Amino acid sequence: MTNSPQTAAASMRVVLLGNPNTGKTTLFNALTGHRARVGNYAGVTVEKREGPLRDAARAVTLVDLPGTYSLAAHSADEFVAVEVLLGLRRDTPRPDAVVVVADASNLERNLFLATQVLDLGLPTIVALNMIDVAEKDGLRIDAAGLSLALGVPVVPTNARDRKGVTELAVRIADADRLPVPTAPAVFPPEFVATREALATELAGLLPAGTACDAFAAGRVLLEVDGTFEERLVAAGGEPVRAAIGRARESLETAGHRLRALEARSRYQWIRTHVAPHVKRPAAGTRRASQETTERIDRVLTHRIWGSLIFLLLMGLVFQAIYTWSAPLMDGIEGVFALLGDWLGGMLPEGALQSLVVNGIVAGVGGVMVFLPQILVLFLFIALLEDVGYMARAAFLMDRLLSRFGLSGRSFIPMLSSFACAIPGIMATRTIENPRDRLATILIAPLMSCSARLPVYTLMIAAFVPEGTVAGFLSLQGLVLLGMYLVGIGVSAPVTWILKRTLLKSRTPNFLIELPPYRKPLLSNVFSRMVDRGREFLVRAGTIILAVAIVVWALSYYPRPAEVFERYESSVATANAPYLTGLASVGVAVDEAPGDAAGVEALADAHETVAVDFAAWAEELAALEFERDGELLRRSALGTMGRAIEPLVRPLGWDWRIGMAAIASFPAREVVIAVLGVIFDLGPETDEEDPRLKEKLQAAEWPDGRPLFNLPVALSLMVFFALCLQCAATIAIIKRETNSWRWPLFAFGYMTALAYIGAFLVYRVSSLLL
Amino acid sequence: MPTLDELQTGEAATVTALEGDDTYVQRLMELGLIEGVRVEFLRRAPMGDPLEIRIDNTFRLSLRREDARRIAVERAS
Ligand SMILES: Nc1nc2c(ncn2[C@@H]2O[C@H](COP(=O)(O)OP(=O)(O)O)[C@@H](O)[C@H]2O)c(=O)[nH]1
Ligand SMILES: [Mg+2]
Repeated sequence: MTNSPQTAAASMRVVLLGNPNTGKTTLFNALTGHRARVGNYAGVTVEKREGPLRDAARAVTLVDLPGTYSLAAHSADEFVAVEVLLGLRRDTPRPDAVVVVADASNLERNLFLATQVLDLGLPTIVALNMIDVAEKDGLRIDAAGLSLALGVPVVPTNARDRKGVTELAVRIADADRLPVPTAPAVFPPEFVATREALATELAGLLPAGTACDAFAAGRVLLEVDGTFEERLVAAGGEPVRAAIGRARESLETAGHRLRALEARSRYQWIRTHVAPHVKRPAAGTRRASQETTERIDRVLTHRIWGSLIFLLLMGLVFQAIYTWSAPLMDGIEGVFALLGDWLGGMLPEGALQSLVVNGIVAGVGGVMVFLPQILVLFLFIALLEDVGYMARAAFLMDRLLSRFGLSGRSFIPMLSSFACAIPGIMATRTIENPRDRLATILIAPLMSCSARLPVYTLMIAAFVPEGTVAGFLSLQGLVLLGMYLVGIGVSAPVTWILKRTLLKSRTPNFLIELPPYRKPLLSNVFSRMVDRGREFLVRAGTIILAVAIVVWALSYYPRPAEVFERYESSVATANAPYLTGLASVGVAVDEAPGDAAGVEALADAHETVAVDFAAWAEELAALEFERDGELLRRSALGTMGRAIEPLVRPLGWDWRIGMAAIASFPAREVVIAVLGVIFDLGPETDEEDPRLKEKLQAAEWPDGRPLFNLPVALSLMVFFALCLQCAATIAIIKRETNSWRWPLFAFGYMTALAYIGAFLVYRVSSLLL
Repeated sequence: MPTLDELQTGEAATVTALEGDDTYVQRLMELGLIEGVRVEFLRRAPMGDPLEIRIDNTFRLSLRREDARRIAVERAS
């Protein structure tokens, strides 16, 4: 803490620390004027938000830390907040000063953390935020008195209405010139003595370079099995562990329950030193903020109304992701299709054109198309969170999900995954328990997402009879419902097993704060939404694009010359009668058309009814599709399909279905287009196309048996229901778990389940039908 | 001595003891759920669990019934 003139004018880093929901982000936005750089802390999916202090005479970087209740961290968010505060993260320099953002309407609990921070020896400012709420509740806080008691500046603020923000900014700009606060004397003398002794003892046991001052020694004692202990034991080994054990034991024998010591001591101190500066309303007076929240909660958590409203809200969220995003998604697809056509027209026919159109543009389009769903979901999540409803959703759903070893927090990610697993997986960040979060990520792709629907639609329309069951239930509808149930049904035992094996942990304790309901601040909501969208594009986009290009290459190469030769001679044969027809009316054609487009050009140039140009163009188009189908069947992908045929035979598939399934691993929805090309209909086929339905119904094994029947269709649908055919999901799992281990695990277990599921369905339905 | 989960909806009480020696209990205490603090039992979730409580007429927590069983209370008279 040197105060030399050079350092005083130099840049400074100030962190905003506080309990969750105290208004840190709102304050951060007000102090920086919404100029945040948003990223992630290395190695974890905790959001990193930094920005410059607005209108400051010197460069001050503010850091909006994740919320924490205590230095004894519990969740990933809390660990990061504490590590940044202590300067333990390599990706973030140690702060020069701390602003503790305390909720004035909940002062005692917020000061628990504040008094912990005062032990650190960093210049500290306390922002008494939500001062408006406290005043409405009848609390009178004497900021000057509080400042004397704590030994640091105390600035009342109302971040929402930007009151007190300028005063706070002025304080922050000079924060590193503040005197280092003295640690409040909260602990009993035995503890202080033991702490000093331990610090001295550890200094002898630890290797040079690992420091352990009295502060660290105190944290070691108070946080049983905590990170301070872990770090020191890692550095100094068994002797350190033993020394810590001895020190703890001496305290326990002196009658101090270590788990309780810090809370008891600090709350005791707060009550004696802080209470005199807070005038509470007379006992028994109702607090305005509590009353409002209670009135709303009486409805929103009501046994019947609460559940009903919850279902309606979730229905709305689902509907929004599923249906309302659709026009935007169609729009994006349309724009990229146009862009592809346009670029295709600019570039000469060949590998480059195909790479640009079918690899890059299609790949980028495949990334962008998820954006509407992500934005819509996060609009809702940010809104529900800002209002205070998210905690209630977890409250309502906890019982249901605890049966599978999860908690209420997993509900919204799972629901969202029915529209699309990508926003669903991104939404798991609100799950505090890391194992719960991982389990939720791993089962999210089992929920039937909207990209599976085209496969179901095609297969059901082509192979499931139209009749009804029990007189009114449509058989086709039932099969569709069944496909959704397959995913849900499988996810239950998968979760159950995961939580008992790989992700074994006691059913985590569920402890959440139900914050007061507040009016949402739309600027907060929108910046959250935009951050999420940007993050998806940058982080997942690159992987998805790479996969798209690889699959493009597999389906493009090799290009055997004889396929083109055969195509040209077929075109020549097809052209002959038409050219003769034209010659008979005196039209000489210099160059015979090479494809359907050539015929159309001729038709435009020569107005004659001597030949049927439309039929001619159609013949050539069919030949072109046949050529492209042949090229795909003989591509590297086709070779792979043939190679795996023995593997997919037990599922009732031939190599062409196997190849379509492989081609759909990057993105399951392409299967329709791939089937279209394989069955010589070209790539523009969609699932409603009656020709595709007919082609599939007519497809045969070499011995003439029909390729598809109901069991094969069911086996294919179940395979798609259970398989992780989505590069974007894999990329986002990699991103969210920060390793390739879990995406590969998800991919592996889902492929295995898909195979087994498809096999069973094929066998059983072949026997029954 | 009753435990927190045995209170009636709307009933208030004073915390007398927390049972157990794990990080969960430590966290409860850090949040202010310590001996002598006033708690109110606000409600159960529609499926019977978890519970919602209010501490010191100031903030609300939700915890599961099995965990609430570890918190001994004395009913307010
Ligand atoms: N009445 C009032 N509401 C505030 C104030 N500061 C923040 N809020 C609201 O409190 C909620 C939580 O704020 P947020 O900044 O997300 O808290 P964080 O979790 O600490 O980052 C939001 O609904 C804000 O609009 C304030 O000073 N007064
Ligand atoms: Mg925040």
